[in-house]
Formats: sequence, C-alpha cells, structure tokens
Amino acid sequence: MSLNKPDLLRQMVTIRAFEEMAEQLYTLGKVHGTMHLSIGMEASAVGAIAALRPDDLILSTHRGHGHCIAKGADLNRMMAEFMGKENGYCRGRGGSMHIADVQGGNLGANGVVGGGIATAMGVGLGLKMRRRGDLAGFWKPARSADRVILCFFGDGAANLGPFHESLNMAAIWKLPVVYVCENNQYAMSFPVKKAFAIERISDRAAAYGIPGVTVDGNDLLAVYEAVSQAVERARAGEGPTLVENVTYRWRGHSKSDANRYRTREEIEAWKEKCPIKRFRQRLVEAGELTEEEAERIEQEAYAVIDAAVAFADASPEPALETIEEGVYA
Amino acid sequence: MREITYLEAVREALWQEMERDERVFIIGEDVGVYGGAFGVTLGLVEEFGEERVIDTPISEYGIAGAITGAALVGMRPVGEIMFMDFTTFAMEQLVNQAAKMRFMFGGTIEVPFVLRTPAGSGTGAAAQHSQSLEAWFVHVPGLKVVAPSTPYDAKGLLLASIRDDNPVIFVEHKLLYKIRGPVPEEAYTVPLGTAEVKRAGRDLTIVATSIMVKRSLEAAEQLAREGIEAEVVDPRTLKPLDEETLVRSVKKTGRVLIVHEACKTGGYGGELAAVIAGSEAFDYLDAPIVRLAGRDMPIPYNRNLEYHTVPQVEDIVEAARQLARGRV
Repeated sequence: MSLNKPDLLRQMVTIRAFEEMAEQLYTLGKVHGTMHLSIGMEASAVGAIAALRPDDLILSTHRGHGHCIAKGADLNRMMAEFMGKENGYCRGRGGSMHIADVQGGNLGANGVVGGGIATAMGVGLGLKMRRRGDLAGFWKPARSADRVILCFFGDGAANLGPFHESLNMAAIWKLPVVYVCENNQYAMSFPVKKAFAIERISDRAAAYGIPGVTVDGNDLLAVYEAVSQAVERARAGEGPTLVENVTYRWRGHSKSDANRYRTREEIEAWKEKCPIKRFRQRLVEAGELTEEEAERIEQEAYAVIDAAVAFADASPEPALETIEEGVYA
Repeated sequence: MREITYLEAVREALWQEMERDERVFIIGEDVGVYGGAFGVTLGLVEEFGEERVIDTPISEYGIAGAITGAALVGMRPVGEIMFMDFTTFAMEQLVNQAAKMRFMFGGTIEVPFVLRTPAGSGTGAAAQHSQSLEAWFVHVPGLKVVAPSTPYDAKGLLLASIRDDNPVIFVEHKLLYKIRGPVPEEAYTVPLGTAEVKRAGRDLTIVATSIMVKRSLEAAEQLAREGIEAEVVDPRTLKPLDEETLVRSVKKTGRVLIVHEACKTGGYGGELAAVIAGSEAFDYLDAPIVRLAGRDMPIPYNRNLEYHTVPQVEDIVEAARQLARGRV
C-alpha cells in the first residue's frame, strides 16, 4: 500500500486540533462530563490505522478521539457528538467516551478500560466464520471476506483478566485480530514501571504463542511498519499479533488529574519527542513536503475543527421525547 | 403430540435454528464432544462441525466477548455458561458492553446473541453451583431475560430468543432438564414478552417462574382437593414482562402469591409485587401480596438443608392456603 504521507500529517494535526479544541470547549463550559486526551500520542493512532483498509474494523478506547479521526470520521458529526447533539454519531447519547462510527468501521470507543479487548476477539471470530462461502450472502451490504479487526487498548488494560482470555482465544483459533497496546506510561497515575515486572508489554505475546513487537509509538512510520506486518498476518489467516506502541500522554488522565505522580521535567522531555513535529520535519527534510505546504496543512486542519464547532453549535439538542430510543432493537 | 424432555427441547431448538440459519453457532465450555455439562448440546458437533459448535478454554469473560463481538458483525451466536454462578466472570462484558452498545451508539448497531445458562438448586452442588441470579440481569436495560418452565416453552422461547435482535439471557433450570412434555416437531416461536396462564382458577393467582411453575401446578392440584382453585401464571419472559396477563389474573382472583427460587431480598418477586400493586389490579386486591422465595442465604450442601432453602410444593400449598382463607 502506498502511503499518502502529507495526509497522515494532516490526520495527526487534525487530532491535535480536535483535542485542543475539546479542552477549550470544556473550559468554556460547552461540554460536561470528562474527556481523555491523546495529545502526544497521535502517531500511534494514525500509524496503526494507516495499515488498515477502509473496510477493516477497529475497537477504540476511552482515549479514542485520535482513533476515530484516523479511521476517517466526519469531524462535524464527531464534534456534534462531543457536544451531545442529535446529529452526532451517537445522537448525543455516547459523548466523548463512546463515539462510534459503525459505517466507517469504528465499532466504538469504550468507557471501560479493557472493555473492548474480548469484544475484538469476538469480532475476529465472527469475521473468520464469515469467510466461509455459505455465509457470504448474509453480509449487508456485501463485504470482502478477509477483513481484520484492530483493537486499541492501553498499558493499564494489559493487566486485566480479559486481556489474557482474549489473546489466548484469538491465538488458539488464529483469529484476524491485531492487538495494539498504546503504552503511554501511566494507568491513570500508576506507572508502567510499577505495574509490570517485565521490560516490554509485548513480551507477553510469547505466553500465547503469537508474535509481539515493541515500537517507538511516536514514530509514525515505525508504527505503520509494525502494524502492517500484523495486519498482513491476520489477513492471511495466521492469527493475532501484539504490537506495543511506546508513547506518552502530555495531558492528565482526565479532567480531574493534577499530575501529582510525575514531574514537569518528564512531561517536557516527552514534548521534545512530539510525533507531529518529528514527522513534519522528516517529510520536509526528505523533500516530500515544503515548509509552506506543511504550514498550510496545519492551518487547514485547525480551520476544519473551527468549522466543526460551528456545525456542532448550530446542531439541535436531542428531543426529550426520544430519550428512551435505542435501548432495544 | 409427541413428548420430549426440556433438555431435548432446548437441543432441538438449537439444531433446527442452526439448520435454518448459517449465522447461528454455539460456543461455550465443553459444548462439543462432551455435549455440555448437562448434555444439552450432545450430538450437535457431530452434525454441524467444530466450526459451529465451538469448545472454549475456561474463559467465561472470553465467551461473553466472543458472542458480543461476533454478533456485532452479523452472526447470531448462542453462548453457554456452564453454571449461572459463573456468569459473574462475564458480567462486565454483558452489562457494560453488550447491553449498552446499541444505546450508547445512538441505535446504530445490533447485538443479537443468546446466552444460555442453567440455574437453580436441588442437585447437591452447594453454594457456588446453585444460584438463581436472574434479577441481576433483569436490572440491566438492553438485556432481555427469559426463563422457560416447560419443554414447549423452552423450544419456542429459545427460537424466539435466537431470532431476536437483542442480547438475551436464557435461564434454564437444571431440575427441569429431565421433565417431559408435548413439543411439536416443527419449529415454532413463543413470542418474548408473553406470559401464559398455565392453570385457570378463581380463588388466588400464583405467579411463579421457572421450576416454581411446576411446583405451583402440583400445589394447585393439592389445593383443588381442598376446594381452593389456584390460577397459575408464568411470566416466561422476565424482561420484557407481560404485565397485562398478570393484572388480568389478579383482577379476577383478588389474591396473589408470588413464588420464585432466588433469594427473596432484591429478587424478581419484588418487581412483580410492585407491578401488581401499582396497576389497576390494586383495587381488586382482597389481601396483601405474598412473596414466597428462597431464603436470604447461600445454598447449603446437606440434602435436607438444601431442600428447605427454597420453596417446595408443600410450602406453596401452605402459603396459598393461608392466603385463600376466608375466601373459600
């Protein structure tokens, strides 16, 4: 697959712009509840999803704005959902933690740490069963048979029981699942160094007899390469892979986080490794993009987010009469 | 009509639906060559193959994830959790994920699965293999909860559950597996959300679920010899509940005894009582609503203690007799 690198830069900047705007809207009181920002982790989302075909599926996490955007979500509908509006992706019922773009192959963000890992295994099971010729006719609409599911989760989720059950079952049945662990160093406040007695989370793959690989999660192309191999393996029917993207979240876990568990110096040091700045520099140095073009990509991304806010602002609130819709099919 | 057992009725429903719909498959612990802990799925793997009758590791959460995920991409899985007690392992996936996905995602997705699980005491399996936890699931919007009491209902309700587009918790009772009853050979459905009057009577209404329907019918026979005519109503589907049939019966009899096996406190009987008390049947009540349920304690191992932990036929007879006193 040939990569449209300027577009990948655009995606990362769009994620950054969306989340900076999300923060602002929160400060302005335009949204309530909480949110989990992935600022600093954009290469993990964009690099991983770049390895997928548009008809592949993902399951996302509570820190899922980036995954949603990289999977190609409509930013207007996404912002409308963030602001709880009727024409948002989930009619305002889901909000930041549950944005799903089912038509676009995003089976949803998740409010529960680790809640999607076993679901992904089930999706993989369904996809594998669907490969049988006699089932092809049931697809609505028709889909190609070799789709894969990519499941994002964090370092915290890798210590939940469902991680074990899911990876084991996907491994024994050789399901088309790609497990992408976004190791951003902290499960809320609990550091990876204290939560694991192993060096690399991907070492756990050995326990399931599947490949495990750890990459620099702030290096978009490294993520893309590793996930591409995992996708290829899954698509070929050879089973799952565990990819660990080592990265860092610049912002707190959620809006309640006072950053008492880490130092300003640590955060600043990671900001030096900004995945966006790094990728942009790389493209410019390689002559794949001029400074002016890069600048224009950034400006356009921020403009698109401004337009999305305007769209969401003008969007209707859900009508009270519809409050119970969607509980049952 | 030919008679088969409750267990055979469940198996026949699975068999017929798997023949009819390629998307249906079975997944659970030891459901293949072993045939399931109680033998419900015996023979299915030989007929449909290991691809559609899938043995799993001991991973109840994984089973819940497997059916949830597979349902999201258009399959119609039927999971089995060997004992209802072990659904505790699967609760997160069922309660936070499967039940809520459709709503959280603005109605853009369906999660059509059935989770079959045997519940109940009476087998000497003690506290961790005998529970009746259906009220937990009833409390979760997005799930449907079904509890058949006869072979006929077991087959028809299971077929309706598999064809339903929502996650359905299908509660079977271990002691019912061997009871026999008339079951049509062809496929048919009993619509979810329809109660049935299992026995007509004028003096009191017994609303019973699962195994307690059978015990209440036996009790009703004894009561009839004393001149007390009990009407026995089986909700069959705990959620959604057919309130109309209950209310109609209570309006007719004016007295209601609710019977279930699960612990009384927080049990489904409280919901039934509240529904009746809050309905137009309230004006027709001639006596307080009575609940007869399992004691608020774990199921003991000792045979005699176990027997006396949950309602038996004589307990139902006695409770009904007291309730009907003054009326006949």
